[in-house]
Amino acid sequence: MATTPNAATPAELAWSPRALLRRLGNADEIAHLVTLIAAATLLLITALLVFQLWVHSAEARAKFGWSFFVTRTWDPVSGEFGALPFIYGTLVTSAVALVIAVPLGVGGAIFLAELAPPKLSSSLTFVSDLLAAVPSVIYGLLGVFLLVPLMRTTIQPVLKKTLGFLPLFQGPAYGIGFLTAGIVLAIMVVPFVLSVSREVLLAVPRDQREAALALGATKWESTWKVVVPAARIGIFGSVFLALARALGETMAVTMVIGNNPTISGSLFSPGYSIAAVLANEFSEATGNLYLSALIELGLVLFLLTFVLNGLARLLILVTTARGSGVLPT
Amino acid sequence: MSARLIWRKSLNAFMLSLTGLCALLTVLALFFILGYLVWNGGKDISWSFFTHLPAPVGETGGGMANAIVGTMKLLLLAALFGVPIGLLGGVYLAEFGGRTTPFLVRYTADLLNGVPSIVIGIFAYALVVMPMHHFSTLAGGFALGIMVIPTVLRNTESFLRDVPSALREGAFALGANKWRMVATVVLPAASRGILTGVLLALARVAGETAPLLFTAFGNRYWSPGWMQPTSSLPVVIYTYATGPYEDWHQQAWAAGLVLLGLVLLTNITVRAFLSRGSSYERM
Repeated sequence: MATTPNAATPAELAWSPRALLRRLGNADEIAHLVTLIAAATLLLITALLVFQLWVHSAEARAKFGWSFFVTRTWDPVSGEFGALPFIYGTLVTSAVALVIAVPLGVGGAIFLAELAPPKLSSSLTFVSDLLAAVPSVIYGLLGVFLLVPLMRTTIQPVLKKTLGFLPLFQGPAYGIGFLTAGIVLAIMVVPFVLSVSREVLLAVPRDQREAALALGATKWESTWKVVVPAARIGIFGSVFLALARALGETMAVTMVIGNNPTISGSLFSPGYSIAAVLANEFSEATGNLYLSALIELGLVLFLLTFVLNGLARLLILVTTARGSGVLPT
Repeated sequence: MSARLIWRKSLNAFMLSLTGLCALLTVLALFFILGYLVWNGGKDISWSFFTHLPAPVGETGGGMANAIVGTMKLLLLAALFGVPIGLLGGVYLAEFGGRTTPFLVRYTADLLNGVPSIVIGIFAYALVVMPMHHFSTLAGGFALGIMVIPTVLRNTESFLRDVPSALREGAFALGANKWRMVATVVLPAASRGILTGVLLALARVAGETAPLLFTAFGNRYWSPGWMQPTSSLPVVIYTYATGPYEDWHQQAWAAGLVLLGLVLLTNITVRAFLSRGSSYERM
């Protein structure tokens, strides 16, 4: 786009040095500028975050290239680094978490949005919000001393007895491992699924429910066949949001996953996740290549959650806006 | 009644009670966690827990005074760094922004809010620890501060937007210019909400462990000033819970109870305070 000096727009004029000086004489403009700088700082920090991760992982990226993502070996002593076991562990634990948390959260949200009287609904939502505020290290603490022994002595043997023919539930019952980490993650992300799903369900217009009921549907039929489908995209959004949380969750997973870079089809097997290896090895990493490989893992984690979060926000935005009549259906 | 109707009605009752059970399970989880912590950690909380340094390995007793003070110092730094940026940024979004920039800022804030805390830790490590060549309270506070910004910013914006436009118009009608209107009318009207937003954000980062592991690190002694590694409650809980000593495990339970109590208490008081009605009539 070519601009001629004569055809300056008002916006360009406003940024000429003299105009700028005149504007600074005005208190409103100063306030505008100061707050704008604060808002821009946020953008700057985010950009700097990406930049730092990119620059400090340069050595590992140059040395391993794309094979970083398909290599199984993680050997700091001989300088060989592959991310596969960590990516695998992160995805498996998050998948387990979603399998448990999504039905629980969406079911709870249906109860809160459709059935519970408003007072009860808001106080239960309050409790669920408090659950979301519990620090992750506390979940880890309960995981280590309560869930792990319980898994070892009761849950895993029972699973082996009943579902042991599936490769998922085979191998020795250590207590720690993918399944335990997934369960802890599930409890941690349920509040997110619950509160976001509740919001999108509430955004579905009343007429839809009433129309279904007037046609003779039972309460459950109107909910399941009319309200839930109408809020479907937003519920997907809440699932993505929960997934992003689960992928990046560090402390609780680190404390129960077993911290062993193995890839195994069994959920009973100890494993490792990206966040856990960062927590365990980052402060002890010796040598630039080691540190750079860890930072590349951080970059991978960042990109994964960044994309998922972006997608989730978009989906939630679309459904709640449509329900409230901002967007055409 | 036809068989089909009976089936539909019982499915209705069954599925609806199932959803109730889901909600109940979720809610019970909180009470269970709290109860279990009180049961396990309650007996180890004593006066010396709050006033003594950790005992040397092998000795029983000792406390976590340094971790408690460390957490307070980290939170102070986080507030000093994160709150002004979040607050002013929120004012920009609600009062001064046009159309495109606020959208960008808002979206970025939500994304930054979703970045795993351990990645924020790497960022603080690269930006503060690497140039200084050692772990420090400053680096930990910086990491927590970054995590405070998006929450404070979004909260401030939404509470400012809740202030009725009649108040703004009234201020203009009295001859105030924009910054006076914002500073003397809109901000005070929303102050209660903004304050609660800040407290909730701080309560959230108070329990963060991951970003502190390689920024503030840990310390078994007092950490003088701001340039030394410091102990903090969440990191101590992690270290003690994964450590080999029975005595450490007991201390971890007690510290967990203190941390959870702190976080829940802040959340409950702040939310109750907020729901008690606002300082202006909603329109």
